[in-house]
Amino acid sequence: MVNLTIDGQSVSVPEGTTILEAARAVGVRIPTLCFHPDQSIKANCRICMCKVGESRVLQAACASPVYEGMTVDTRSPGVIEARKLNLQLLLANHPQDCLNCIRNGACQLQDLAAEFYVRDNPFEIKSRHMEKDFSTPSLFRDPDKCILCRRCIEVCSVVQTVNAYGMQGRGISSIVVPTMGEKQIESTCIMCGQCIHVCPVGAINEVEEIDKFMEAVADPDKIVVTQIAPSVRLAVAEEIGRRTGELSMESFVSALRHVGFDYVLSTNYTADLTIVEEGSELLKRIKENDRLPVITSCSPGWINFCETFFPDMLEHLSSCKSPQQMFGALVKTYWAEKMGADPSRIYSVSIMPCVAKKYEAARPEMNASGYRDVDLVLTTREVGRLFRLNRLDFSKLAPSQLDSWMGNFTGAAVIFGTSGGVTEAALRTAYELATGELLEDVEFQAVRGRENIREAEIDMKGTKVNVAVGHSTRAARELMEQVRSGQSKYHFIEIMACPGGCIGGGGQPLTRSDQQRAERIQAIYLEDQAQQLRKSHENPQIKTLYDDYLGAPLSEKSHQLLHTHYHPANNRYAVPGWNPQATN
Amino acid sequence: MAKETRIILKNLGKIDPMKIEDAVAQGGYQGLLRARGMAAADLIQEVKDSGLRGRGGAGFNCGQKWAFAAAAPRNEKYVVCNADEGEPSTYKDRIIMENDPHRLIEGMAICAHAIGSRQGYIYLRGEYSFLSGVLTHAIDQAREAGYLADFDITVRRGAGAYICGEETALIESLEGKRGEPRYKPPYPPTQGLWQLPTIVNNVETLANLPSIVDRGAAWFASLGAPSYPGTKIFTLTGDINNPGFYEVPTNTSIQDIVYGFGGGIPGDLALQAVQIGGTSGAFVPPEMLDTPLDFDSMQYAGLTLGSGAVFVLDETRDILEVVTRIEAFFEHESCGKCTPCREGTPRLVGLLEKIAQGQGSRFDLDLAQKLGRNMTITSLCGLGMAAPVPMLTAMQHFPAVFTDQVSIKTSEEGSPW
Repeated sequence: MVNLTIDGQSVSVPEGTTILEAARAVGVRIPTLCFHPDQSIKANCRICMCKVGESRVLQAACASPVYEGMTVDTRSPGVIEARKLNLQLLLANHPQDCLNCIRNGACQLQDLAAEFYVRDNPFEIKSRHMEKDFSTPSLFRDPDKCILCRRCIEVCSVVQTVNAYGMQGRGISSIVVPTMGEKQIESTCIMCGQCIHVCPVGAINEVEEIDKFMEAVADPDKIVVTQIAPSVRLAVAEEIGRRTGELSMESFVSALRHVGFDYVLSTNYTADLTIVEEGSELLKRIKENDRLPVITSCSPGWINFCETFFPDMLEHLSSCKSPQQMFGALVKTYWAEKMGADPSRIYSVSIMPCVAKKYEAARPEMNASGYRDVDLVLTTREVGRLFRLNRLDFSKLAPSQLDSWMGNFTGAAVIFGTSGGVTEAALRTAYELATGELLEDVEFQAVRGRENIREAEIDMKGTKVNVAVGHSTRAARELMEQVRSGQSKYHFIEIMACPGGCIGGGGQPLTRSDQQRAERIQAIYLEDQAQQLRKSHENPQIKTLYDDYLGAPLSEKSHQLLHTHYHPANNRYAVPGWNPQATN
Repeated sequence: MAKETRIILKNLGKIDPMKIEDAVAQGGYQGLLRARGMAAADLIQEVKDSGLRGRGGAGFNCGQKWAFAAAAPRNEKYVVCNADEGEPSTYKDRIIMENDPHRLIEGMAICAHAIGSRQGYIYLRGEYSFLSGVLTHAIDQAREAGYLADFDITVRRGAGAYICGEETALIESLEGKRGEPRYKPPYPPTQGLWQLPTIVNNVETLANLPSIVDRGAAWFASLGAPSYPGTKIFTLTGDINNPGFYEVPTNTSIQDIVYGFGGGIPGDLALQAVQIGGTSGAFVPPEMLDTPLDFDSMQYAGLTLGSGAVFVLDETRDILEVVTRIEAFFEHESCGKCTPCREGTPRLVGLLEKIAQGQGSRFDLDLAQKLGRNMTITSLCGLGMAAPVPMLTAMQHFPAVFTDQVSIKTSEEGSPW
């Protein structure tokens, strides 16, 4: 242990601890900006400066290891003045545009300006006047707001191995740019949106489409229908100032009706459907030893990754559409038929934890219903904004149930929201389909957990099935290299592009640390336990769908509506209705 | 008048740099042979005892630095020669490399023996591409002659960034990355190139080693100033009668350099100021000319020894203009990694230009100084810390140059600041 003094308080911490960590241990919170708890030390913002001993030069608390006998001063006027001047330098080169910024109220730079009671700036305010990048339908960048902390570069290169961002220029001309291209769409970006979570300011954000929703609500001819993705309800509680999971489905549904949705349905329903289709596909491909392993296809960030980096491996992907797109195809066909509704009037909105879903919905092939299957994708954050816009009082909302035909779901669908969930759900169904026997214990602990790659061998009455679960595209890359080299021993691989799975999706409430993801995962498993039905094929509305409409899993009709194909060259420019030159 | 003491440059003009036999005939590689006969710990102790301190500008005890790398429990270690001599008006390393490349190679090999390294790199300034062939040829000859049996050297050229003279930025660049400094600790002797123990020494530092090992620590320690022994090569530029390079004992005064070796100022004009240590060095007023040029004396006087560049300004020069140009240089060369340097350097330029144009106020002057001071204490690396030094020292020693240019001349207390 190392003994030191911080602001007059003695503290004893393990060797290797930084000043920042040691200070937290005694309740001294040093302001930071470029520091991120899940990332490597950057030490570039120079906000966390502290005085050490009698040294004239200040030290960055985030990067300075403690030593025996060290005395640290974190709060003297000189230290605060030094930090504030660096902050003002950043602010003077930042658009003074907080009122119009998507991050207004959720910006670490703005928070610091408030904490440091910045009332004016001694430096002349300048703006770089750089062009915003709206080239992807999922996320946009506003380089003027970038404070060059480089967290986006790290998450993209280290966590995701996508390397879509790099530094260009030097000194005051330094800028974060999409690599290998002028525009984001020209880079290797997979639109997972993890950079949004780590961006401390408004430099990277989801493409916000609340206006489109408002237009649809205002149009009396439109039937506005929504589907709620498995992980959204739990996380959206954070948007209304509650803890993860502390918003019941009944209240959530009620809130969505209040903001203007005519029908509230559930992506969980098509998650159950995905399991039945994908589970059947898996068993068929195992039996025929056809293109193993089967790899999941519900994460659009992962699909983009596979199309970009493993275009030669696309045949391994399950042909099943993602639950969002299955829903989209069915809502304007099956559901319209059941409801007697004119499909041309249905405006289908999905509420997703994901920004890549915005791109997925815009893919030209996603029109099996004869219309664009999913008209609009709103992220969890955008729904949070809708709730605030409508000033909903969640303590007084009358409970409301999900609507008919495509609202029911099982616990298996709930766990789609976390990494490992699709695999566990698939195993619950595949086991019973393959063996014809009842599965007693539905919880497959081996595929749960936080490791980037997990694996299990499941004995289905003599048939051994090897499964692997990977989250983050770094894990995907590792698993896919094995597949490419012929070394993969798995029959089934689940991949989620985002760390933790959908609960860590790019559209979720801004996630400041991995701990937040852990809490959401816990909430998901509790939700699963609370369900009476926990196997997808037991969902009565799924049975109805097959009986009344599709016939059987992998039938011709299900192939027509629920299955798709992938493109070796990701033809990103061909997104209909999307103008890469558009700016807002 | 003081005389030159040529140790590092002793072979200058006496040998053909392209011929190893010339160097050997002058005693070349004797130090290395002697070093290889010593235990590594003894060799490091010898270097420590000599009192040799880094000639790149930081002045760290060379043997002490080696000891850190020697103690690091890794098998692979590197010796990196910092030949990224980018400091404007400094060319001492160039003189060494183009006249006596074997002295540098020998120094690196001595270091390699001390710390247990098998691979060395010379990181050569991009603009010194013409030296690449000289060095490579010398390395080939040394290898053929058997001096590099268990230690090899590769020449790597920089791409013209001033920041790559900073040792961790140099390492990043060697690794093929963007040339930007790392935060410290860890320092290169424990985690340097490829995160392995690495000694980065300046060309001039390494060039001292053959003589130190050959002639002994006591001999070296007796030369020049006791706390910074040996010689130092100064490059003299600006308004001076005899511009050039001079290797002198470290206790030589600024006066001796400018008026002795330099022969004073052309046209018998009065001296206005001397900038020592390169572009990032302090401005020295005439009344401080008797300061000895060794590291500690300079530091004590609030000055910097830096690279050993001596830049003379006569009375006709506009210091404000010179300082503004210097800050523009730093704006251009800032890597952009940390806030104070990236954002601060252009602000300094803006404020100085405003003041120079007569548009500045008392407030601008105060702000430039406040910002400059903040940069010296909060920047990530030496570039940002040193960038405001010319301005700050000019303000300190030549306050009227600045206050005469602003609308309200002095503060209420009567002191300019």
